[in-house]
Formats: sequence, structure tokens, C-alpha cells
Amino acid sequence: MSFDFSSVFDQWPLFLHGALLTLELSVVATVAGFVIGTACALALRAGGVLGGICQVYVEAIRNTPLLVQIFLMYFGLASLGFHLSAFVVASLSLTVNVGAYTAEIMRAGLEATPAGQIEAGECLGLSHVQIYRHVLLLPAMERVYPSLASQFVLLMLASSVTSQISAEELTAAANYVQSATFRPFETFILLAALYVALSLVMRLGFAALAFVLFPRRRRLRMATA
Amino acid sequence: MSDTPIIELRDVQKSFGTLKVLDGVSFAVARGQVAVLIGRSGSGKSTALRCIDRLERIDAGEITVCGHRLADPKLELRALRQDVGIVFQSYNLFPHLTVEQNVTLAPMAVKRVPRAEARATARDVLARVGLADKAAAYPEQLSGGQQQRAAIARSLAMQPKVMLFDEVTSALDPELTAEVLRVLEQLAASGMTMVLVTHEMGFARRIADLLVFMHGGKVREMGPAGILSDPQTIELRQFVSHELAHAGQ
Repeated sequence: MSFDFSSVFDQWPLFLHGALLTLELSVVATVAGFVIGTACALALRAGGVLGGICQVYVEAIRNTPLLVQIFLMYFGLASLGFHLSAFVVASLSLTVNVGAYTAEIMRAGLEATPAGQIEAGECLGLSHVQIYRHVLLLPAMERVYPSLASQFVLLMLASSVTSQISAEELTAAANYVQSATFRPFETFILLAALYVALSLVMRLGFAALAFVLFPRRRRLRMATA
Repeated sequence: MSDTPIIELRDVQKSFGTLKVLDGVSFAVARGQVAVLIGRSGSGKSTALRCIDRLERIDAGEITVCGHRLADPKLELRALRQDVGIVFQSYNLFPHLTVEQNVTLAPMAVKRVPRAEARATARDVLARVGLADKAAAYPEQLSGGQQQRAAIARSLAMQPKVMLFDEVTSALDPELTAEVLRVLEQLAASGMTMVLVTHEMGFARRIADLLVFMHGGKVREMGPAGILSDPQTIELRQFVSHELAHAGQ
């Protein structure tokens, strides 16, 4: 058996296009999923009807396969008369999926806030909203940041299954290339390498974000370095 | 010293479940006075203190603080909290903020003080507690005594009319305790109305205008620091001799 990457490499514009779409898909789902997940975590913490609804959402998503969620949304929305592009459905379903996991991670971060911190905020006259903003959210996020970051990288890798509804992301591009070149092994080796590269890009992005968001980490690390 | 008390508790009752922790507690603190609550663990003194800042709701009786009637259903909780500062045993500084940000947060968020002014106030109160050089440090970079002084500065920056201290030195070793107590004495000398819960009997004797001895959820003796030298009840006598024996160790 001999390797021949040349015909596969020739298709680099397809790979690049796919990689960019995968990245786009991941960024959209990460940002939207983070907002939804954080809102759900706050609702879960507050309890009540809204908290109950969020609980059902989180459990429903965490206990069903991603592919099934994608099919449900793709064919479900279509049967309701919403004919959305595969890319839009892929973004939506990945957002809904990662939102549930984010909710669970952020809830853990919020719950780990010592009660005394909240009491101190109340005693200084801060309103509920101000306590959430200044005392709860940022430290909670800092606490669970590594889990959040790896959840979002996982999401990027999992976005490969949206090729099943022919969203034109990286895996779909590779599928096309291997059927055109008859070089499946080379194609998928290259595909795996590209996913590794995308993971590194995301991890670097999260490290840069942490650098900006959490000055304390930066400072204390510098102090000890 | 004005005649109308700035803090007044009248026949305060409070239970946690079936456990009665405050059983008819009454005392009053005048403007500029330093009141010290003493008594064994579980005597109700910390609960009494927390009731003054409405961290605990009372079951019966009446508490008035800086003109706020705490039983009033229309009580403006945030207005009360602006008039009353409280410092806890566990400091409760915000770990993700620098010392200066801890101090400026509430004035900027609650009182809408401009940043420059809030920072000037922060410099002032941090200097008062001897932490002028620690403004940029994070809480975890400070010793316990420094963290507690930072917490005092954070409270002071809101310019409260009354300050409450709940066993603020209980987590500190003697050396760090001394530096915090010095700050409290300076604060008292500046005319701040203060209510303290403490186990530091020598300090209580020095600083108190009013000593309130609590036992079993009741005020058993109350008066100037001299009551420690001439206890009228067997409970205070036992408490004093126990504390003396402890201090002698």
C-alpha cells in the first residue's frame, strides 16, 4: 500500500472552505450557547417555573444523542413548514446542544460561590442584579473556565456529525474529496490533522480570552513566575 | 452624644426552628457610642448583631436603626444597608477584585460615585487601616489581618452611620488580632457608632462605652465596662473568671 497525498492536497480550497465553515459554526454555537446556558443556569439557581422549564431542557438534551437532536430539528422544522438551510439548522442544533451543557457547568460554578460573598454584597447595598454581575457571574465563570473551554472544543469536534444533514462543514468537504480522489485514508488523515489544528486555534483563543477576562490569574501567575 | 439612640432593640424574640436564640433582648446605642456584646458561644450575641442589619428577621419585638424601623413591611433594605456597615469573621472580600476594586465597587455601583472620586475615597480609607500600599493586591496575596482591614476599609468607603463587627478577630493569631484591634480603636476614637461581638475581653474593657452580657438568648447584665469588675449575676461572674483563666494560660 502506498500513500499519495498529492491528489488530496490538490483539493485544498475545499478543505479550507470546510474548515472556515466549521469554525464559523463553532463560534456561533459557542457564543449563543454560552448566553443561553448562562441564562438557564441563573434560572436553575432561582428555581420556579422558569427553572423547571430549564431543567427539562437540560435533561432532554443531555440524555439524547446529538445526531438525533439534529435530525429532529432538521426534519421537524421542515415538517412545520420552516425550510431552513442545513447550515442554519446545524448552528441552531449545536447551540441548543451546547447551551444545555453550559447551563450545567455554569450552575456548578454559581453554586460554588461562598454564601458569605453574596451576604457581603447585600450588606454593601448592592442590588440583586449588581450582585449577579459583580459578585457571582465572573468568579463563577473563572472557576469553571477550563470545563467551559473544553466543552466548546468538544462542540467543534462534534459539529462533524452535521455533515449528516449535508451542512457544508469540514467533514462534509472531506467526504466529497475522498469520493472524488478515491484516497479515503489520506483524506481522513488530513481531516484529522485539520481538526487538531482547529482545536489548537480554539484553545489559543480561549487562553487569550482568559488573559483579558481574568486579570487576577494573569497577575498571580506573573507574581509566582 | 444625642439622647435618642441610633440603634434600639426592644424585646426582640428570635427562634431558629424550635431553638430560641433571642428571648426578649433590649438595648440601645447612642450616636458615637461603642457597644460590645459579650457572652459564651451560642448566647445569641452574633444573632443579635445580624438582626441589626436585617440579615436575620426577628419574630417579635422591635428594632430601630438610624431611623429605619426594621419591622416595617415597606423597609428600604438597601437604604438600611447604606447606613449600616458590617464586617464578618470570614472577611468575605471579593477574590477576583483587587483591594482597591473591592473598596470602590459599592460606592460606584450603589451610590453612583464617579470612579476618580471613589478611588480617592479608597486611598483615604485604605490609609486609615494601614493598607495604602496594598491597593493593587488581590485578597489572596494578603495576610488574614490585612484582609480583615481591607474588609473594614470596604465598609468604611460607604460612609456608614453605624458599623457592626461580628467576631472580626476570631480567625486571626494574636499578632494579626492586635493590628485589627488597633484599627477598631482608632475608628472608635474618630466617633464612629459601633457594635461589636468579640471574645477579646481586654479589648472589650478598653473600648466599650456599653457592655452587653448575653446568656441563653437574654441580656443578663448591661452597663459600662466596670460591670466586669463587679458582676451582679452568677453567669457573668463565671464568664469573667473563665475568660481570665483562659487569658492567663
